Amino acid sequence: MPLAEPAVVVDRLVMKYGDKLAVNSLSLQVDRGTITSVLGPNGAGKTTTLETCEGYRRPMSGSVRVLGLDPQKDRRALLPRIGVMLQSGGAWSGVRAMEMLDHIAKLHANPLDTGMLSERLGLADCGRTPYRRLSGGQQQRLGLAMALVGRPEVVFVDEPTAGMDPHARRTTWDLLQEMRADGVTVVLTTHHMDEAERLSDMVHIIDHGRVIASGTPEALTSSNHKATLRMVLPLLPDGALQGLSAILGPDLEVSPIDDARVQALGPADSGTLAAVARWYEHHEVLPFSLTLGQRTLEDVFLELTGREMEA
Amino acid sequence: MSTGTFTPDPGGAPLGRQVMAQAGMEARLILRNGEQLLLAVVIPVVVLLGGIVASKRIDLNLSERPIDLLAPGVLALAIMSTAFTSTAIATGFERRYGVIKRLGASPLPRHGLLLGKVLALLVVEAFQIVVVAALALSLGWDPSVSILGVLLASVLGTAAFGALGLLVAGLLRAEATLAFANLVYLLLMVGGAVVIPVDEYGALGQVVRWLPSGALGESMREALIHGSPAWIPLLVLVGWAAVGAALTARTFRWE
Repeated sequence: MPLAEPAVVVDRLVMKYGDKLAVNSLSLQVDRGTITSVLGPNGAGKTTTLETCEGYRRPMSGSVRVLGLDPQKDRRALLPRIGVMLQSGGAWSGVRAMEMLDHIAKLHANPLDTGMLSERLGLADCGRTPYRRLSGGQQQRLGLAMALVGRPEVVFVDEPTAGMDPHARRTTWDLLQEMRADGVTVVLTTHHMDEAERLSDMVHIIDHGRVIASGTPEALTSSNHKATLRMVLPLLPDGALQGLSAILGPDLEVSPIDDARVQALGPADSGTLAAVARWYEHHEVLPFSLTLGQRTLEDVFLELTGREMEA
Repeated sequence: MSTGTFTPDPGGAPLGRQVMAQAGMEARLILRNGEQLLLAVVIPVVVLLGGIVASKRIDLNLSERPIDLLAPGVLALAIMSTAFTSTAIATGFERRYGVIKRLGASPLPRHGLLLGKVLALLVVEAFQIVVVAALALSLGWDPSVSILGVLLASVLGTAAFGALGLLVAGLLRAEATLAFANLVYLLLMVGGAVVIPVDEYGALGQVVRWLPSGALGESMREALIHGSPAWIPLLVLVGWAAVGAALTARTFRWE
């Protein structure tokens, strides 16, 4: 199987709802055999982008290719090759869980064994439960099973672990990683930083319909191979903060949290730590908190947008 | 690459198999649903029994024996309830729950979905016809049958009412569809010349004979009382099916 061609190419995609710009010239690429996260706050344009890849929406401008095909024009050729998990719903309210999964399986030529799949996703003991009586997490797992059962080359999963308990989340992550190992390309949307960080080979952070950063989780979170110092400080006169930027360098990011606190974030090593401590002493400041560690995707988002990503 | 559990092996099942799976699923869901079953079987049976009792009490000055006149009309009513009301309600909720959206991302093409729906309707209707006909025969029904006439009436009636049901489901929200489809069903049952012949409506008969309900009722009666296809009512059904399908194609939203 030639792997040269990317699984998904989105090129300057524009989508609007009425006057509202949902996707604003968004470009991204998903390589085959990877888990790629589209990470962003609610309303950033994640689902709209995904649904354009799935052929539900026609690009207003720009283009989308999945497995080299146009999801609109080549819909019939593409659909059997992809698996789709919607953010919610997708089953009759009176249908039994296994009945629904078996039905989707019958629409495919070489489906997975539905018994095995339901076992793996912990659906075995609710197989005869009508869809409307399944818990939110069970409905999510059934939706995931429906996306996988046709043995697709690419799966698009929209917020796959929303509403799942921690155990089910871990099971889902394991399953997605096993699929990648078996050569399936996984595209997922999430607003959980930890999910993107832990699971993905590649992360595209999107905000207001644009990609604001792309990279492996390691590349996005490492800055100059230094640790990141994060502190929450009381409000200080401007001059005092200039002293801090002299220590931490031009990469220092200062952003207000509320009327009384600011957050300062910057790269640090052992030398800077001692200097910061002397700076506290000099200004008679005690930080509300002081943490040292790797940057997280949360920090990256905060730096890029000045906002916290809403969980 | 070694073969793992999830190693891709994609592809749609042959279209025929997909359509059969869809038809089986939809028919099962209709027959499992209590309210749908009430509409499909219980109401027609009650109307048949009630009509016979009532015709003994009040003199309708009927040209035929009551059972011979009522049974074809009740068969038409059964078809109308399934093709119109059940289709509208089921499709309305399929849109609401994202079922149609989800199937839209499956290998099942839209014409396959429609075909599956039509087959499911025909299965349910066959079940209704067996139940109603068996009851009517046990009550002394003595039809003179045109198989062609019954088949055409059933298929064209299903096409006309099915298209109108989809039209309603595509335009209204699920709850509004539920209310509206039931209301229309009741109005047509009483005033639409389904069960009671067009001639009993007096001057109004000239209007109701052009309704899909009147046309289905008349074509069913003609096929089972006089044993011949009723071409004009059948043409009226073709017209309604064409108008319904054209409007549905223009307005229906899959989500």
